[in-house]
Amino acid sequence: MSAPAVNEERLLEAVSDGSRRRVLDLLLARGEVTPTALAAELPFTRQAVAKHLAVLDRVGLVEATRHGREVRYAVRPEHLDVAVRAMARVAARWDARLAAIKRMAEADARARKRLTRRR
Amino acid sequence: MIPAQIEKDVLIDAPVDVVWRVITEPDQIVQWFSEEAEIDAKPGGHGRLVFRSGESYQLQVEAVEPPRRFAFRWVQPQGSIARPENSMLVEFTLEPEGEGTRLRVVESGFDKIDWSDEQKASYAERHTDGWESLLGRLRDFAKR
Repeated sequence: MSAPAVNEERLLEAVSDGSRRRVLDLLLARGEVTPTALAAELPFTRQAVAKHLAVLDRVGLVEATRHGREVRYAVRPEHLDVAVRAMARVAARWDARLAAIKRMAEADARARKRLTRRR
Repeated sequence: MIPAQIEKDVLIDAPVDVVWRVITEPDQIVQWFSEEAEIDAKPGGHGRLVFRSGESYQLQVEAVEPPRRFAFRWVQPQGSIARPENSMLVEFTLEPEGEGTRLRVVESGFDKIDWSDEQKASYAERHTDGWESLLGRLRDFAKR
C-alpha cells in the first residue's frame, strides 16, 4: 500500500494533543461517526470536537464523507506508517517524562518555600 | 522520511537548580524515567538505566554543564562505544523563565542511526505507556 506524502511534523503535532488522541481513539472504536455522536461520548463540546477533527483532517488522519445532510468521519490509518507511529510513541513518552519531572520539581520547590517561611 | 528529532519543552514552576537535580540524580531519575538508574554525571561518564520491562540501556554522558545542559547517548549495544550510527542523543537544556524554568528535551539521531524501520518501530514499542493501546488498535485497524 503506498500512502500519499504526509508532513510528519504536522502529523506528530496533530496527535501530540491528548484531547485529539481521545477523539482519534473513539473514532477507531466507532468506525464512521458524526461529530455530534463523538461529542456525546466525550467531555468536549461539539465545537471542540469539530476543531479536533479539522486538525486531524488537515494532516490526513481522518476523512469526512457527506451522507445527505450529515458529515461522518472515519480514520485513515494508511497515513500512520511504521516510522511515524514509532516517532509518535517516542514523543509521547517524552511528554509523560517531562510531566513527571515537572511534578517532582514543583513539589520540591513548594516544600523548600515552606521551610524558608518557617525559619 | 523520518523526522530527525523529537523536541519537547515544558515550563516548570521551580528554580533551575531544583530541575537540574531531578534530571541528573539517580534517586530522582528512578521516579520519572527508569526503575533503576546509575550515572556518573561527568562528560564521558557511563551509566545504566533498567526499565520495568527488564530491559537495560547503557548511557554515555556527552555534556554536563550544571545547571543548564545535560546530554547523553543511549541505546547503543551493551559494551560498545556510543556513536551516531548506533545510538540516540538526548539533550536537556534548562533556561530560567520568570520565576521558573523552561526545560527542553531533544532526542535526535533517528536519521543517522543505522537501523531498519522495524528496529526503529521496535525501539518505540518498548517501555509501554498509555499510547501503546491506542497505537495497537490503529495498527490492527490498518491491517483490516
